[in-house]
Amino acid sequence: MGDVLSFLESSVTQGIIYSLVAIGLFISYRILDIADLTVDGSFTLGAAVSATFTINGKPLLGVFMAIISGMLAGCVTAFLQTKLKIHPIMAGILTMTGLYSINLRVMGKTPTLSLMRIDTIFTPFERLLGDKNASYLVTSVILLLLVLILVIMFFKTHLGLCVRATGNNEAMVRSSSINVDVMKFIALAIANGSVALSGAVLAQYQHSANISMGTGIVIIGLASLIIGEIIVGKKHLIQNAIAVVIGSIVYWIIIALVMRADIDVSDIKLLSALIIILSLSYPVIINKIKFFRQKATGNRLAQTKGEK
Amino acid sequence: MLSCNNITKIFNKGTLNEKKALDDVTLQLNDGDFVTVIGGNGAGKSTLLNAIAGSFFVDGGTLQLDGEDITFMPEHKRARLIGRLFQDPLKGTAPDMTIEENMALAAGRGGKFSFGIGIGKAQRAYFRERLEKLGLGLENRMKNKMGLLSGGQRQAVTLLMATMSVPKLLLLDEHTAALDPATAEKVINLTKEIVEQEHITTLMITHNIHSALECGNRTIMMDDGKIILDINGDERKNMTVEALLQLFRLKSSKELDNDRMLLTK
Repeated sequence: MGDVLSFLESSVTQGIIYSLVAIGLFISYRILDIADLTVDGSFTLGAAVSATFTINGKPLLGVFMAIISGMLAGCVTAFLQTKLKIHPIMAGILTMTGLYSINLRVMGKTPTLSLMRIDTIFTPFERLLGDKNASYLVTSVILLLLVLILVIMFFKTHLGLCVRATGNNEAMVRSSSINVDVMKFIALAIANGSVALSGAVLAQYQHSANISMGTGIVIIGLASLIIGEIIVGKKHLIQNAIAVVIGSIVYWIIIALVMRADIDVSDIKLLSALIIILSLSYPVIINKIKFFRQKATGNRLAQTKGEK
Repeated sequence: MLSCNNITKIFNKGTLNEKKALDDVTLQLNDGDFVTVIGGNGAGKSTLLNAIAGSFFVDGGTLQLDGEDITFMPEHKRARLIGRLFQDPLKGTAPDMTIEENMALAAGRGGKFSFGIGIGKAQRAYFRERLEKLGLGLENRMKNKMGLLSGGQRQAVTLLMATMSVPKLLLLDEHTAALDPATAEKVINLTKEIVEQEHITTLMITHNIHSALECGNRTIMMDDGKIILDINGDERKNMTVEALLQLFRLKSSKELDNDRMLLTK
């Protein structure tokens, strides 16, 4: 029993930390309607910055600087997209590729930074609660709630409305005298800031930062986002916010179960891709099933009529 | 109010498909003018409106609005002065946002961004009052997503939105063409009402020659990127649809080929 509990606890903690990635993707993919691949780079950037500051004894400042650096990365992608008119996907890939070198530099040209036996943002609660795992959970929940409240409040402001409309109907936004380019800068900055925050917290959580820890993070974030939307729904902002968190937790529980089932860790990425394919094609599959059912009943009706 | 001075727009310049969409067009609109624009397919009507709204910069000539040179002003800045409706009802509103959110966006036109709450109590009451005047029952559906409304309802709301913070110039690009006749008439009447009430200088493209003569105080006809006819006052009052078509034949030495126009003749 204790085993199951601790297993759940670590999946939930991981899910909560990674849900910050899903929040970022919710903003870029759902609100702005852009598949932003910068994420792979900005996640590692956040981790690298956070780890470097933590080694120097400033874990909290590290998290803060990680957010800023992630926002800057988002601005670079937005610049490529809007001012240089590079295709959104290409713009993301370019920033991500460039970030690889930058991340290495931030980490002092070593691919891995270890934070073993170094104070992190989790240390204060660890001392207070006397339990490491509880501190992980409490600290990440507090961070997540802070981000969620800020994001929800932002999207309720007039500026937030403008950002939402940009992804929905660009022409209309332009004819409402709003600078669409500025809106994209804002949205991508917030999205990548959130993603970098996730990387920053994760680095301190697992006591290490790795140059390749961001690889495929887009897929993980998207999978979480979509799983959440299927479970919770996506009717309004609050529902979206809950969906992102639930989706991420469910995703990490699935992954943990898979790991327990003795599946090779190197197959995880393939599995994630499959989960996404399934969840993305979910509406299509449901429709197909409905269609075949309808066809079958139609045939049956025709047959019975013919017999009469 | 608005003056277009010798504006020219050439599409696909230097290629086989080169097309002079606007050919040295000069047009003066006086304050409060309500001008209807008619013409065949590809006559340059929409191009003229797009040029004024700033969808692209003109290749030659200058544009002035209320004394201000707007020739090279970007589209989103011009939108502060110019309200605009398209033929496609989907173009003017954000489908996944609620009616009140859409209106809040439009109400912010011309203002600065604010970090205040998107829609305040007073604003909501004001939106309700405006929607009530449409008589479509939309005041009770303000939290519904825009995408749930019919084309006519969306176009009516878009019209409200475009005129809520009163623009110096209103551009209507066949904004009733995609609606069924009864709804189209409603929207046209609403347009006349609002334009008159707020005294907005308006440029309206229409495929319906009847409403071209019936609405506003002036009618221009375009062909091949030029304005070939500009009537107002008594001449316009005494004009009939037949006579107008006759004039078109005379001026452009061809039949009017706007397919929609022929159907509604």
